[in-house]
Amino acid sequence: MAEETADDYLKVIVFQLKEEEYAMEVDYIQSIERMQSVTRIPGVESYIIGVMNLRGIITPVIDLRKRFNIERFEYDDATRILVLNKDDNEIGFIVDGANDVMDIPVSEIEPTPEVVGGVAEEYLRGVVKLEDRLFTLLHLDKILNKSEEKKTGA
Amino acid sequence: MSQEYLEVFIDESQEHLQTLNDNLMQLEKEPEDISIVGEIFRSAHTLKGMGATMGFEDLAHLTHSMENVLDLIRNEQLEVTSHVMDAVFESVDDLEEMILDISKGGDGKRDVGEAVKKLEVLQNGEEAEASSETAASVEEKPEPSASSQISESFDEYERTVLVQSVEQGYQPYIIEITLDENTMLKAARVYMVFEVLEDIGDIIKSTPSADDLEDEKFDSSFAVTVISTAEADELEQRIMKVSEITSVTIEEVNVDQASEAEKDNKKEDKKEGNESGADSSSQKKEKPAKQDNNNDKKESAGKKGSELNKTIRVNIDRLDVLMNLFEELVIDRGRLEQISNDLNNSELNETVERMSRISGDLQEIILNMRMMPVDQVFNRFPRMVRSLSKELGKQVSLDITGAETELDRTIIDEIGDPLVHLLRNSIDHGIEEPEEREAAGKPAQGTVLLRAYHSGNNVFIEIEDDGAGINKDKIIQKSLDNGVVTEEDLEKMTDQQIYGLLFASGFSTAEEITDISGRGVGLDVVRSTFESLGGTVTVDSEYGQGSLFSVQLPLTLSIIDVMLVEVGSEKYAVPLTAIVETAIVNKNEVYSAHNQKVIDFRGKVVPLVFLNDIFDVPAKNENENDFYSLVIVSKGDKIAGLVVDSLIGQHDIVLKSLGNYLSNVFAISGATILGDGQVALILDSNALIK
Repeated sequence: MAEETADDYLKVIVFQLKEEEYAMEVDYIQSIERMQSVTRIPGVESYIIGVMNLRGIITPVIDLRKRFNIERFEYDDATRILVLNKDDNEIGFIVDGANDVMDIPVSEIEPTPEVVGGVAEEYLRGVVKLEDRLFTLLHLDKILNKSEEKKTGA
Repeated sequence: MSQEYLEVFIDESQEHLQTLNDNLMQLEKEPEDISIVGEIFRSAHTLKGMGATMGFEDLAHLTHSMENVLDLIRNEQLEVTSHVMDAVFESVDDLEEMILDISKGGDGKRDVGEAVKKLEVLQNGEEAEASSETAASVEEKPEPSASSQISESFDEYERTVLVQSVEQGYQPYIIEITLDENTMLKAARVYMVFEVLEDIGDIIKSTPSADDLEDEKFDSSFAVTVISTAEADELEQRIMKVSEITSVTIEEVNVDQASEAEKDNKKEDKKEGNESGADSSSQKKEKPAKQDNNNDKKESAGKKGSELNKTIRVNIDRLDVLMNLFEELVIDRGRLEQISNDLNNSELNETVERMSRISGDLQEIILNMRMMPVDQVFNRFPRMVRSLSKELGKQVSLDITGAETELDRTIIDEIGDPLVHLLRNSIDHGIEEPEEREAAGKPAQGTVLLRAYHSGNNVFIEIEDDGAGINKDKIIQKSLDNGVVTEEDLEKMTDQQIYGLLFASGFSTAEEITDISGRGVGLDVVRSTFESLGGTVTVDSEYGQGSLFSVQLPLTLSIIDVMLVEVGSEKYAVPLTAIVETAIVNKNEVYSAHNQKVIDFRGKVVPLVFLNDIFDVPAKNENENDFYSLVIVSKGDKIAGLVVDSLIGQHDIVLKSLGNYLSNVFAISGATILGDGQVALILDSNALIK
């Protein structure tokens, strides 16, 4: 994203986690799936809730609420799995709901305040205020980086 | 240069290099058997021809020098000594490097001066210095046929084609065509002539080669060999219709005469070879190795030809695609089987059953198509052992058995390096110096046996040497020093387990790091490579008598037979290759030893592994009963009982990786998709056996 200039727009997908709205570049999003059955994997980080069969491909699924230590919430009809494809790896993010794709002007992106909705600052790229809505832009690489987390398994 | 030709060139060159290596090794064993030289000569010659055609001049130059030496050997003017073999082997090494370079996209250039010089010294004996000049001026470009007399020589393949075409009622002709000296577009005229000829026959050969003709690398005349049903007159008339052609000479080829002509050529050749030490016309070299058994050769070449027709080269990528598609099919087959079970419609059941059977056959065929003999890996070992033993001043003979044993290509691709490592290890650390061996009452020459064989769903590869064996005390000392093992553990270990410490990470017995093995990379890398392929490696040894490294590998990787088990409400797949048997035991048969629950199973103490504990499986409504369902798994000679809630049954499943994000999950080697679309994890029982 080095070539962003003031006139550029960033196409993002908007999703919800506990009443807050978040945004992520649409480039990596491959599909949005309804909640489906996930096979638990023993001995991995707790926010990796398991793997699912996505059209024949074994896809790991991460619960974003757990990733950001937001309180748990029962999955319901609105729950979605955002399937991302990054570096040829497919990964699913469970979110409370996802329904919007929008263009946000890059110039509107502001640096993050210290903590937004409980998500630690390091995972954030900035916030965008459009009319009366506030979106938090997520930093994908940081979310996928699990090195700083200790493994619970062997 | 077209990529397609280049690939064919690389493929075939590698085959010829292998033939060269094999036959040279053979020759070294039986230096009197001159017939082998013929084979070697042919391979070298074909390489030279291909190299020159593709414009790799260094390659052609070197093979040419090799040919000269081989020719002397063949004519019994040069004795096969170790010195001679070294020089020839060295040039083969150079050739290998060049082909490797070309296959990596390089230009195949290499300084062959030294190798050529060595060969020339052999070739010319004492007069080496004097003639080096003439030899250096050797030019690989075929000279334009200056003589007006039509003479053409054919290699074995071409002769076979000619013989076959005569049998099918075609008449071979040699046609010499001379173009007008003032012709501007010679290549265009050649093209037109070719087109005319292709119309009424088939072109077998042209001199100069078609490429050179295209590049106008000829003076004004060229010769083509054509098979056709048409009369000579008709051919002549048709060719003369092309403008700017001054003369056409047509001669019928008598196939027997072709052989006669060969003989003449050969004589001429020999003379030339002896006089100048260098042959300036590469074309004349095209001749069979031995005239007296020429007929046999022809026959065998014919046979070979028809065998070749029954195989086709298929790009490996296509086989991989086929395999992927088939994997999808296997998943859907599982799904169908489940659906038909649920619906319980007899017609549907029958159809699905039949389909399952057919796809089972199909699976076997596809897996078989991917099988390759381990010879693909083994064939480079004799050379390696030869140079290694020279380097170390040891005498080693390598005996290979079971090279025809087949393994999946993906496995073949991976096992080369670890096997090299094991072989080097055996020769470097196992086999002693000749004096030492004699002092111990052994023959000076050490023997390394390399064996491959099938057993059940596995292939075993064993490397056995009659060397010094493994010094147990040294291993114990070393592993204690390096903290690989504690003294407590050691007390409980069997000899075999102690030898197994060789494969532990952070271990190396070489007292000083030699160039051969122990370059900081230990045997633990070997072990992890084999384990990543679903295999195991074990070692046994008798001090002073030698050691035996045994590698067990699965036949194939992607589709495996598993036992599905249920733990809580989760399903896991245990590869059948690891399973010894399944059992149900009463809970009161379980007792504790060293804080470990064990059972007495067929007279053996078997530790139990509770999967629900290890995997933190959420407890299902505890339906306590008095029995444990066990899957007894083994790793080498160690066994353990996996405690599960129920055994579901045996299934063929497609092994899928968990991907990069989930690497190194403890005791899980992958996942698979079940008939109902659910994902089940595949257990890595090796990780669970301590």
